[in-house]
Order: sequence, then C-alpha cells, then structure tokens
Amino acid sequence: MNTTVADLKKGERGCIEQIALKSIPLNLLEMGCLPGKVVELIQIAPFKDPLYIKVDGNYLAIRKDVASKIQIIKL
Amino acid sequence: MGDKKLIKIALVGNPNTGKTSLFNQLTGLKQKVGNYPGITVDRKEGFFRLNAKTAASIIDLPGTYSINPTTLDENIVLDTLLNPNASEYPDVIVMVADVENLKRNLLLFSQLKDLEIPIVLAINMADQMNKKGISIAIEALKADLNTEIVLISARKNTGIEILKEAILNYKKFSTITLDDLSAKIDEAFFEDLKRAFPKLPLYQAWLTITQFRNLKHLDEAQKEAAKAFLKNHSKVKQLQHRETILRYQQINNILKKDYDVNRVEGTDLRAKIDSILMHRVFGYLIFFLILFVVFESIFDWASLPMDLIDHVFLQLSSWAKTQLAPGVLTNLIINGIIPGIGGIAIFIPQIAILFLFISILEETGYMSRVVFLMDKIMRVFGLNGKSVVPLMSGTACAIPAIMSARNIGSWKERLITILVTPFITCSARLPIYAIIIALIIPDKRLFGFISLQASVLMALYLIGFLTAVLSAYILDKTLKIRKKKFFIIEMPNYKIPSPKNVAYAIIEKTKAFIFGAGKIILALSIVLWFLASNGPYHFKNATQIVKQENPELPESSTAFTKKLGSYKLQHSYIGTMGHIIEPLIKPLGYDWKIGIALISSFAAREVFVGTLATIYSVENEGDTKTIRERMKNEINQNTGKPLFDFPTGMSLLLYYVFAMQCMSTLAVVKRETNSWKWPMLQLFFMTGLAYLVSFITYTVLS
Repeated sequence: MNTTVADLKKGERGCIEQIALKSIPLNLLEMGCLPGKVVELIQIAPFKDPLYIKVDGNYLAIRKDVASKIQIIKL
Repeated sequence: MGDKKLIKIALVGNPNTGKTSLFNQLTGLKQKVGNYPGITVDRKEGFFRLNAKTAASIIDLPGTYSINPTTLDENIVLDTLLNPNASEYPDVIVMVADVENLKRNLLLFSQLKDLEIPIVLAINMADQMNKKGISIAIEALKADLNTEIVLISARKNTGIEILKEAILNYKKFSTITLDDLSAKIDEAFFEDLKRAFPKLPLYQAWLTITQFRNLKHLDEAQKEAAKAFLKNHSKVKQLQHRETILRYQQINNILKKDYDVNRVEGTDLRAKIDSILMHRVFGYLIFFLILFVVFESIFDWASLPMDLIDHVFLQLSSWAKTQLAPGVLTNLIINGIIPGIGGIAIFIPQIAILFLFISILEETGYMSRVVFLMDKIMRVFGLNGKSVVPLMSGTACAIPAIMSARNIGSWKERLITILVTPFITCSARLPIYAIIIALIIPDKRLFGFISLQASVLMALYLIGFLTAVLSAYILDKTLKIRKKKFFIIEMPNYKIPSPKNVAYAIIEKTKAFIFGAGKIILALSIVLWFLASNGPYHFKNATQIVKQENPELPESSTAFTKKLGSYKLQHSYIGTMGHIIEPLIKPLGYDWKIGIALISSFAAREVFVGTLATIYSVENEGDTKTIRERMKNEINQNTGKPLFDFPTGMSLLLYYVFAMQCMSTLAVVKRETNSWKWPMLQLFFMTGLAYLVSFITYTVLS
C-alpha cells in the first residue's frame, strides 16, 4: 500500500512523490502541490474530512478523496 | 503618452490578495455592479482618472489561481482575456499579487504574461515586507519577468500613484512571453499545434484546444478545429501537468535569485487562532455563537430603523394627502407609490447589518474556516459550507439571506442555496402562525411543562428547515450544472478587516437591492394597490350601498368607515379574484375571504392578518385579540361550521410553511440569478407543494 496525505496524522509531514499525474486535478498542482514538496497536515476537520494542509508555504483545505491521491514518503 | 482618452484595464489576481482593496482605492464609489450575461457572477466595473487627459475604466475580474478555470466565475477571466472582440478586452492587465505568497501568485502571472497582453504586476501588502522579513530585488525581478512591477499597499494607499503612472505607459510594456516552455513540455506536440493554428500565438492556441468548451466566443469552426486536433493528440492532460510543474520551476529559479524571506521567530499567530477557531468543539461553539449574534442583530438592531422607516413613510403619505388635490394620481402616490417605496426601504437595515457581519467575516479570513468546519455536513445536501449563513439569516428574512448567498463561490451551490432559503421560516410568517395557533391549538401543557402551542410553532420551524435541506438534496441530484470537481480552498492569513472595504461592500449590496429588486417590488406593489383600490360596479357605488344596508350608522362614525372599507375590499378586483379562486381553494378548507387575504399577502406574508381584519371590519385593527375573537366566530358558509376550525387552521399553517408568498423574495431571486426562470420555478414548485400538502392535511383531518 502506498502512503498518501490522507494517511497522515495531525502534525505529521511527508514529501510528495512523483505524482500519479492522471488522477490528480490540475488545480491541485497549480496551488503548489508539486512533487518534491513537503506537506504538513495541520488539522483534520471534526468529521474526519476535509484536511487542512500546508504545502510549500500555501495553506490549503482539501477533501479526503483528493488527499488520498497525493502519494508521499513520510518524514 | 496618454494619446488615448480611455484606457481599459482588467484587474486580475488570486483571491485574498487585496484585489478588492485596490479596486476600491482606485475607483472610490465610481463603481457599477452588473451581471455577466446568462450567469450570476457579479460584473464589477469602476472608473477613475489617470491624469488630466486620460480616464480609465477598470473591470474587476473574479479572483482566480490560474487561467485554467474550475468554476464559472474563473471562466470569466479566461473568456475575457482570450477574446479580443469582447467589449471587456483590456488594453492592459493589472495583476495583483500578495507579497507573502509571491510564488503561487506568479504562476498566474506567468500564464497571463504568455497571453501577450501588456501587463503590470502590482505586488500588494508591500508595507508588510519588513515585518515578515521579505526582501525583493525589484530591478532584477523586473528584468527576469520582463515586466513592469509596482510595490503597493492597497490598504495604506501607498504606491497607487506610481501604479497609475505605470498604467499610462502601457504601450511601452514588453509583450514578449516568458521563456518558451513548449520545447520542454513536448516539442513535437507544439510543432503540430503551431501548424494547426498558425494565426494564433502559441499559448493562446494551447488554451484554445485545452479550454475550448469554456470559451464561449469561439465559433463552431474553431471548436471543430480544436476537437479535431485533440482527436489526434490524447495526452493533453499530462502536458498540462507538465506545463504547471515547469512553470513553477521557472518561477522558483527566478525567486531563488530575487526574493528572500528571513523567517522571523515562530510566533505563529495563525496556528494559535486556528487551534481555537477550528477546534472540534470550540470551533462549532464559536461559529454558532457568531451566527446567533448575527441573527439577533438582524432581528433586534434592525427593528428600530425599520420602525422608523415605517413611520416616516406613513407620515409622508399623510402629509402628501394634505398637500395634493384629491384625485386618481394623488391616490396612486399616497397609497401606491409611497408605501411601495417604503416597502423597499424597510429591507435596507437588515441587508446593511447582515452584510456588515458577512464582509467582516470574509475580510478577516474566518469564512474559509467556516467552510472547513461545515463542509462535510453541508456537502451531503449539495450545499456549501458557506450556505449556513443564508439559511440561518433566512429565519429573519429571506431577502438579505438570499443576497448573502453571493459569497458562495460555486454557482451551483449558490443557486441551490438561493432556491431553498425561502423554505426557512422567516419572521413575517410569525404573526400568521401566532394567530392561527392561538385559534386552533388548545393552550395546554404536555407532561405539565411543555406548551402545546409552542411545540406546534417549533414543529413548523422544523418542517421548513427539513424541507429546505431535502429540496437542496433533490436539486443537487437533478440540476445539470457543472460543479467544481475537486474541493480545494485556500486558508488565508487572518487579517484585520479594512473599514473601507466593509463600508463599500454594504453600500454595494444595498444599491444592488434597491436598483435590482426594488424596481420589481415597486411595480408589483402598485399592481396590488390598484387591484385592491379599484373594482367594478359595487365598488364604485360602495358608499351608497353601505349606507342603505346600515341606515342606523352615521356616515362619519368609525363603524361606518370600517364597514365601508370591508365592503370596498370585498368588491375590489382583489375581492373578485378571491371569488374566482374560491373553487380552487375550497378543497383546502378556505373561503373566498381567505382567498382575498392570500392574494393580498403576496405583498408580504404578515399582510394576511391585517387583510382579514379589514374584511371582517374589526373595530380595533391593532389588537390581535379582537381579530382572533372575530375569526373564531366566522362561520364557513359551505359547511355551516366555524371557519377557522382545526383542519382549516392546520391547512393554512402548512400552506404558509411551504408557499412562495412573497413578491419581494421573487424580485430578489430574479436580481440574484439574473433570470425569471428560477423565481418562477420557486413560485410554482413551492406554491404547488403548499397546495398539495394543505389539501392532504385538510382532507385527512376533516
């Protein structure tokens, strides 16, 4: 099983792997979620979704379904 | 220089960069808010002078992170900038960027730059640079980006004059693209593209084939060309990804050289505030507390100015009566036009107060946190996290509530919110509920302490709310409107709201209401006035007939005036309409007098009670107790039993829960959706539902 942003716990960080380009929405890349960048999970919303992340200086909220498409290596 | 008298500017930028602040600084109150044809996105245009000779018109395009759109709003940016024939097509683009998020902002810049339109980059919040430890080598950055750059602070009003000077020189700007990335993305592909679209600059050709579905101005031949090209080249999506990665690399290389951040010690205010406002318990508590304060203030603070407005217009009417010679025109002015305008003005306090709160919540950055907290719950019903605000405000009045849906970014979610908000029990329904509940529900207590009457009232609120949510769910499944596929929102930094932006937001929304919906409200109230104060034969000879029927009453007595008023209303055109619709409403348990009240209360629901008081010629109209007594004694001429019995009462209550009985709401929905389609759908769906439910209720209960 691959680790994704959806597997992170609060406060954990991961480095984005070469993204599976086909399944990732373009605007996620445009918001700074690029391969090689570090993602930090800042907070999980009370019903486990969405996720509040920091990546390359950008603070974003994404839903779990998108988060589960960003493969990472845990740091 | 300045040889052109009017320069057309397009203001572009990421959300939360202070784009609106800059727009307000540049234009002051010389702003015009309209709609883009066919969609509900605000089109904001402003005017200002660049120097003595040259004026500028500036269009504030919706905030976007990229030229590749994901929503209808963002689509406008693409559509405007790619269509040289459009009236909005700019001479020059002003792109606002936030100094703190320069990297991400420059992605959009690099795309805009490749459009080969003159562009100036306004780096905003430059006053924060020292505090945040940011330094920029401006001259080097200008050279590397091959563009004009101005450091500004829109809030502190610095750098604006320099920006204006720069705009004046737009003809000297380089329109050469940044380093061509096409060879790195896929050389062969772009060679093909060049050959297929020889007339277009390469980046525009690329956008044409990737976005042709979003480009409304393309003709069929161009669309076919784009489709044909795509048929032979399947990997476009991958190329778009690669393009983005390469653009970021390009930007990174430049910023590494020209931009430096000295992260000052980590007193991270954001993290501290977030941990409280987004806490799994306190987060919701705080949010509901804020909602409660908002609700209380539109209810309470607004009541004083509303009473004042009411009073002023009443006074105005009676003053006009003494000043003008009696006649049809005078009658129109004092009973039609003045109350009609009063009926528009009465909403202003609520609208202003609601938008005071909403713009503060937006400006501080809190609204994004609300979306984060509410997303999972609201998503189930096809609503947006922000829909909570209109739904909650709807308990006071649907008018400001529907207008507040404007802050919802996605069109589909905004439309659904607008469509379901009128189901929420507004304050105008309360007088009707109160009087009917008092008539038909015994004043008893369940288990000794729960008031039966209060429980029924609460049940009515609950039914309204559940219907709103359920309709939202159904609309989400049935409306065929493209929705943003992926939910990605930015969580902006917390900021202290700018009083100027808040004030402008309030003025803008109030103006939009008065000039958008106000016209329709005025027209409809004049129609209703005409129908109620004119009528066929019996109406014209009312005084004589009432005199004959009541010879004992002196003509100057109040009782006579009441009888006359009642007689006139019953024989006016509205009265006639009441008779006409009687067969239709009989199955619901109503008679034609209730029919009159139903039609009249289309002006505003609370008019229902007043109309019945007039029809029954109740002596003291202000006293609900006497109206109630009178209603209790009313006999249904069809059945011989009391008219307001339990089945009819329940049927009426439920009718008002569901029916679209408010012309002002219809007017505001027309204004907000820019089409008669949606208010008409609401009118027929809601009133149809009301009819069905009331029919079933009456049939089952009687």
